[in-house]
Amino acid sequence: MAEGMVIVGAGECGTRAAFALREAGYDGPVTLIGDEPHLPYERPPLSKEGMTAPTLAAKVIADEARLKAAGIDHRRGARVASIDRDARRVLTAEGETLPYNRLLLATGASPRRLVQEGAEVPHVAYLRTYDDARRIRDRLDAGARLIIVGGGFIGLELAATAKSLGAEATVVEVLPRLLARAVPAEIAGIVADRHAAAGVTVVTGTPIASIESAPDAVRLTLADGRRLEGDLLVAGIGAIPSTALAAAAGLVLDNGVAVDTRLATSDAAIFAAGDCCSFPLPIYGDRRVRLESWRSAQDHGNTVGRNMLGADAPHAAVPWFWSDQYELTLQIAGLADEGRSSVRRELGEGAFIIFHLADDGRLVAASGIGTGNAVAKDIRIAEMLIGRGARPDPGALAHPETRLKSLLAA
Amino acid sequence: MPNWTRACATDDVEEEDVIRFDHASGVFAIYRSPDDEFFATAGICTHEHTCLADGLVMGDVIECPKHNGRFNYKTGKGLGAPIIENIKTYPVKVEDGDVFIDLG
Repeated sequence: MAEGMVIVGAGECGTRAAFALREAGYDGPVTLIGDEPHLPYERPPLSKEGMTAPTLAAKVIADEARLKAAGIDHRRGARVASIDRDARRVLTAEGETLPYNRLLLATGASPRRLVQEGAEVPHVAYLRTYDDARRIRDRLDAGARLIIVGGGFIGLELAATAKSLGAEATVVEVLPRLLARAVPAEIAGIVADRHAAAGVTVVTGTPIASIESAPDAVRLTLADGRRLEGDLLVAGIGAIPSTALAAAAGLVLDNGVAVDTRLATSDAAIFAAGDCCSFPLPIYGDRRVRLESWRSAQDHGNTVGRNMLGADAPHAAVPWFWSDQYELTLQIAGLADEGRSSVRRELGEGAFIIFHLADDGRLVAASGIGTGNAVAKDIRIAEMLIGRGARPDPGALAHPETRLKSLLAA
Repeated sequence: MPNWTRACATDDVEEEDVIRFDHASGVFAIYRSPDDEFFATAGICTHEHTCLADGLVMGDVIECPKHNGRFNYKTGKGLGAPIIENIKTYPVKVEDGDVFIDLG
């Protein structure tokens, strides 16, 4: 049987998986193939503090010395053209053949594109990679007029970043409120107020009729007839899993590459992990989800590295997300749409957490917002309670004097 | 030469918890373990600029509030990704209800 582990995608998940293979004792060849020309880096700072730094700094996950010490063959700027499942080898775009014992697809996702006429034009950008961030940063001088399409985490983080750089920002969201898919209305309201206070113009509940790009500016016409003009438009309207390789290889897809709890695809020699895959979550009755989450990508990488070596480690982590905007941090553990009722706990100084409970009393999610790290400890405890399928007393959750940690002992 | 500096009163830290201590020489984190011993580490996570004292203490482990990097606060050892670098620890002594750390 062929030796060697091949990992396609050198983001958070693929890179973590490469190290996890070594940590689990694997000493054969590990090839980590990434299509970007950079060392593996963390994406979350790109829309946040990474972009406000004097020079756009990528936070490197592993530098050359660490990759070399671990014996990880990182190929930069390289693409995999196809997978030959019968022969267990991949063919790179450069024409190289790489045999694999186990293959990991950690191909991530790419920004959903605007479908409106005129969308593929100058002054229209998307944010996923370091190079994307640099192109946007280069345009965000003081006084620049930024239009952001999409009131989700990426768009709102970018709006806050633009304001701190002295640019003007307008956010256009087609749904009736910001962060509609991500957080409860009470939290989205705090976020909307904070952006308004910073001078960001927020337009919700309004579809876009057209986008026109002139040499000097980009012009947006909304369905209600309003017109907006900007120097740069960035669309943050979701991401599409990168499944082209998997599809061409005939692997089963289902909102991404479909994997089981071990993160194995429909081919037992091929695994998929991170943003590109959908997987069953045992804590929600094996509901199949696809997450775009830094933490999940990292957890997947750790788990899949072991499973590629024959372990039977199910991925059972509770989904966890965060966002930083201005001095505010949001943290969310679990999937709030599993909840049927909620209770609110005040943490002082405006910080609060909404606990989401299922009909049977199980805690299924917790959504918090506050200044700095105000909600972090309690969200972390909530995450553990969710993972255990705990049914905490709603009154105790809501009561500020109850130590949440005491509920873990119950 | 030890440089014992008063950080806090023992009562300022709950059992299995941590508080922040600011001093001219930097930010520190003072821990009280479940078995009622005191420990001290540098206060800022080695991964990114985040105050560890805002994180959760579970047993011997402090977890960064931002990106869930974990350290054994008794030894300073980093416990896996995203942590690459261990965190510095400081000697601690308790006298008459006060916690002192040796800033060296």
